[in-house]
Amino acid sequence: MLEFFWTYIWPPLLMTIHSLAVLVVLLILLAYLLYADRKIWAAVQLRRGPNMVGPWGLFQSFADMLKFVFKEVVIPAGSNKAIYILAPLITSVLAMSSWAVIPAAEGWAVADLNVGILYIFAISSLEVYGVILGGWASNNKYAFLGSLRSAAQMVSYEVSIGFVIVTVLMCAGTLNLTEIVNAQKSSYGLFGWYWLALFPMFVVFFISALAETNRPPFDLPEAESELVAGFMTEYGSTPYLLFMLGEYVAILLMCAMTTILFLGGWLPPFDIAPFNWIPGFFWFLAKFCAVFFMFAMVKAFVPRYRYDQLMRLGWKVFLPLSLAMVVIVAAVLVGFDLAP
Amino acid sequence: MIEAAFFYLYAIILVVSAFMVIVSRNPVHSVLFLILAFFNGAALFVMLGAELLGMLLLIVYVGAVAVLFLFVVMMLDIDFAEMRKGLLKYLPVGGAVGVVVMLELLIVFGSWAAAPDAASHLGAPAPEGLTNTEALGQILYTKYVYFFQLAGLVLLVAMIGAIVLTLHHRENVKRQNIPDQIARTREMAVELKDVEPGQGI
Repeated sequence: MLEFFWTYIWPPLLMTIHSLAVLVVLLILLAYLLYADRKIWAAVQLRRGPNMVGPWGLFQSFADMLKFVFKEVVIPAGSNKAIYILAPLITSVLAMSSWAVIPAAEGWAVADLNVGILYIFAISSLEVYGVILGGWASNNKYAFLGSLRSAAQMVSYEVSIGFVIVTVLMCAGTLNLTEIVNAQKSSYGLFGWYWLALFPMFVVFFISALAETNRPPFDLPEAESELVAGFMTEYGSTPYLLFMLGEYVAILLMCAMTTILFLGGWLPPFDIAPFNWIPGFFWFLAKFCAVFFMFAMVKAFVPRYRYDQLMRLGWKVFLPLSLAMVVIVAAVLVGFDLAP
Repeated sequence: MIEAAFFYLYAIILVVSAFMVIVSRNPVHSVLFLILAFFNGAALFVMLGAELLGMLLLIVYVGAVAVLFLFVVMMLDIDFAEMRKGLLKYLPVGGAVGVVVMLELLIVFGSWAAAPDAASHLGAPAPEGLTNTEALGQILYTKYVYFFQLAGLVLLVAMIGAIVLTLHHRENVKRQNIPDQIARTREMAVELKDVEPGQGI
């Protein structure tokens, strides 16, 4: 009986506990990053931002969440009910499931997959379904236009993200996220991380991540001046909350990916006394928050792109640039015999 | 035991969703069931130890190809009554094709003979000490490199063909020229005129 427990019940139970722990930490972090996002946005525009609920408005995100949950779920009469409910679930569940492979410190990933980065790439390429289906099932013109835009946008920018990831993989020589971080460990400290060696790719990845997650200035699927709220027009209460949750978790994932691929994950900037006393998790968190700060600042001061400009940037600028970088990086790695 | 349970779970969902692709009335539901089928196929690949293939199935088929399917199917204007009317008309032809394919499959599988050493390869998805990706890369870029290049060439031809078929150069269309816009200076855009009262320009 005991043996049965340890072989068949305990491993799945342990996995569940790990996943739950990651989710709880992630959602609490999300609540405060959402608050930080709004505060940064407000500060740039000389406003005060959320400041009523709790001291300095610290409980604002929880109040918002409760408000969404207690609202009535209204399903439009002409909608395709099953898919209407399914779409926000797809968005949020996929976004959260990709966190299973993110190593926040050495060996801290729930699942240390050999193909971790492909898993994340696969999951983030599936996130487009939530948006497409949500827009289609709503049976609303604005929602449908929003979902069509997002389908084209997310698929376009995935291409350049894919090539950026390929350049990093060629330098690291592995698909495992933990090993990618360890491959950036060198005697040069923070200058040995890939952001410097692959600086153009770092920029391309950052901008493509904005487009991939429908963040401003690329939030055309929900451009309120043209499409009311885009694919979310017919959504309210908990389904809307799930969409927003999924979107923000995807943004956090992109911040974590930037940290892991280009900013050395949990590695300290210099491997000397005061820096390497701090545990790796805090370095990860600090870099992660710094990248998120950049995301928030972009939202605050960059005007929205026009749709044809967005497509031009993705296909005519980023795709040739990242494709050329793949060739250049491969040539340098082989030519100077640097390949791992 | 757990492996077997999960195998049957994924296999059953795979078969049922593949069946639902052809029986569901709404084409969007069909595409969604197709995606579910791909998902379970990927899960089966992962269970076999071929995690790279599983992920590629997800990225290529679910993340890109099925999105385009969905994109097209969503924009179809479907009249369900007309579709049902067509059923009886197409049933004989469709049935005949089905029977022929079934017979061919029976003939092929009836004379199927497995290679004598095939069973020894079953238990080893990848050589010891190599990850799946490395094992696949080593065989793909050495032994099968010409086939790999050939497949790339076929895709290139298909891509060029698609571009040639859809590319139209329309006359009299205003296009945005980014270098022109960037090269524009204050002197080229603004002209200061001294307008006398009551005269205009």
